Amino acid sequence: MSHDPRLILLDPRDNVLVARQRLAAGETIATGAGSGTTDTAIALAHKVARSAIAAGDKILKYGAPIGVATQAVAAGAHVHVHNMRSDYTPTHHLEDERKAGAAS
Amino acid sequence: MSELRGYLRSDGRKGIRNVVAVAYLVECAHHVAREIALPWRENEVHAIGFPGCYPNAYADRMMERLCTHPNVGAVLLVSLGCESFNKYALERAVRASGRPVKTIVIQGTGGTRASIRQGRAWVEEQRLALDAAETVPMAVSELVIGTVCGGSDGTSGITGNPAAGRAFDQLIAEGAACIFEETGELIGCEHIMAARAVTPELGRVLEGSVAKAARYYATLGYGSFAAGNAEGGLSTIEEKSMGAYAKSGASPISGLLKPGDVPPRGGLYLLDVVPDGEVRFGFPNINDNAEIAELIACGAHCVLFVTGRGSVVGSAISPVVKICANPETYRRMSEDMDVDAGRILEGRAGLDEVGTEIRDLVVSLAQGARTKSEELGHQEFILTYKSFEPLGPACLPAT
Repeated sequence: MSHDPRLILLDPRDNVLVARQRLAAGETIATGAGSGTTDTAIALAHKVARSAIAAGDKILKYGAPIGVATQAVAAGAHVHVHNMRSDYTPTHHLEDERKAGAAS
Repeated sequence: MSELRGYLRSDGRKGIRNVVAVAYLVECAHHVAREIALPWRENEVHAIGFPGCYPNAYADRMMERLCTHPNVGAVLLVSLGCESFNKYALERAVRASGRPVKTIVIQGTGGTRASIRQGRAWVEEQRLALDAAETVPMAVSELVIGTVCGGSDGTSGITGNPAAGRAFDQLIAEGAACIFEETGELIGCEHIMAARAVTPELGRVLEGSVAKAARYYATLGYGSFAAGNAEGGLSTIEEKSMGAYAKSGASPISGLLKPGDVPPRGGLYLLDVVPDGEVRFGFPNINDNAEIAELIACGAHCVLFVTGRGSVVGSAISPVVKICANPETYRRMSEDMDVDAGRILEGRAGLDEVGTEIRDLVVSLAQGARTKSEELGHQEFILTYKSFEPLGPACLPAT
C-alpha cells in the first residue's frame, strides 16, 4: 500500500512521513500503513505519524531514532516539539503569539 | 570548458581570489580597518580581525592562517597599539609567506584620520600590483572545499545537504580535499560516521569528537539548534544531525582536523570545531560565520552553505556558495541563492543532477565566476576565544 504522494517516506523503517508540500488540517491521508487524519495544518517539511505512536516510542526518520514520543500520537497527526523530545539536549523554540494555533 | 586559474603562493598553494586583507587586532581598531577597506568594498579588499584584548593561541593561529590563506595576496595589520595581540609575530609570519605586509599602529600614526589615510594609500598600491598579477593553471585536485549548513529546516536533510554530499563525492574523486564540520550537529550519527573512517583508530577519534561536543553543549544547556530550525519542522538535535550528516556524502573519512589545520592531501575530513578541555569562553561557534571562518582557516577556497530557512551570508577571504534546500524559500530569496536544490522536493531534479551542478559551480569559481553573496558584497567575519590541543597521532593516518 502506498502513501499520499504529497508525503515522503525517507526510510522503510520510519514511523513518520515528511510533507513535500503544505497540507490542511483535517485531511484524510494514506500513510502507507493505513490511513490517518491531519490534526493541524502541516507546513512544508514537517512530519506526520505514519501509524499510531505510543508515548515512549522512538521516533524514526532516515531509519534512525531522532527522539522519543512524549505522548500518544494518532496516525496522520503532526509530530513535532509538542509531542516528542530529544534524547540529548532540549530543543529551544519560540512561540509566535501572532499566529498561535496556526502552523506556519 | 575553460581551465581553472589560480594565484601561485610561495608555499605551493594556489588562490582563486587575490584579496587584500585588512586585519584589525582588537575591536578598538575595527572602525579604522573598516574605513580603510571601504573604497574597495566591491574590489577584493576585506576586513577581518579579532576583537579581544587578551591573548589567545587559537586566535593567533586563526589570524595567521587567514592572513596566509591562498586567496590572500597582501595584508595590512591595524593595531590600536596597547592591545595584547602579538602583531610582531603575525607580521613576521605574513612576511615569511612572501606576501606584502604593513602594520599601522593607530596610537603611533596620530589617530583615526591619519591611520585611514596611510592605510588607504598602502592598499591602493597593493591593489594595483595584485590586479596586474599573473595567474597559473590550476587543477581540481588543488582545491579545498568546506561545507556548512545554517538556517536548516526539514528540507535541508532531504535536498540541499545530500546534494552537497554528492558534489563532495565527485570533487573527492577528482582529488580535491573536502571538509565537513560541526561535531555538535553530528550528535546521534557518531557510530555510522566512525564506520567510514579509513582506520579504526580514526573512527574512535571521530566518535570521541562527537562525545566531546555532546558534553560541551549539555553543559551549556542548549544544543546547536536555533528557534528557526524548529519552525522549519526540525524537532530535535538528532533529527537536525541526521540531515547535516548528509553533507559529508559517502566517501571514506580520511582524517580529523582542528581549526587552522590544512588537509595534507585530497579526501574527506571532519573539522572538530568544539574546544578541548573544560568548558570555557562560551558556545563553540556563536553563529554560522564563526564556522565559515574556521573552514577558511583550514585552507578552504570556497564554502558550500546549505540553507533551508534562507541565510544570506557570505564571507571575507573565500566565496560562499548558497544552496537553498527549501523551494518556498528559494522563490522568496532567489537573488541570494546560487543553487535551487528544493526542486528535488518538487520532483523537478534528482540529487545527482543537483550534485553535479554544485560541483560545476565550485569549479567555475576558479574560472572567474562569482557567487551571489560576493555580488551582493557580503563579507561577514567573526572570530572569538577558543582553546584547542594539537591533533593526536590517529587524526591524520598516512594512507
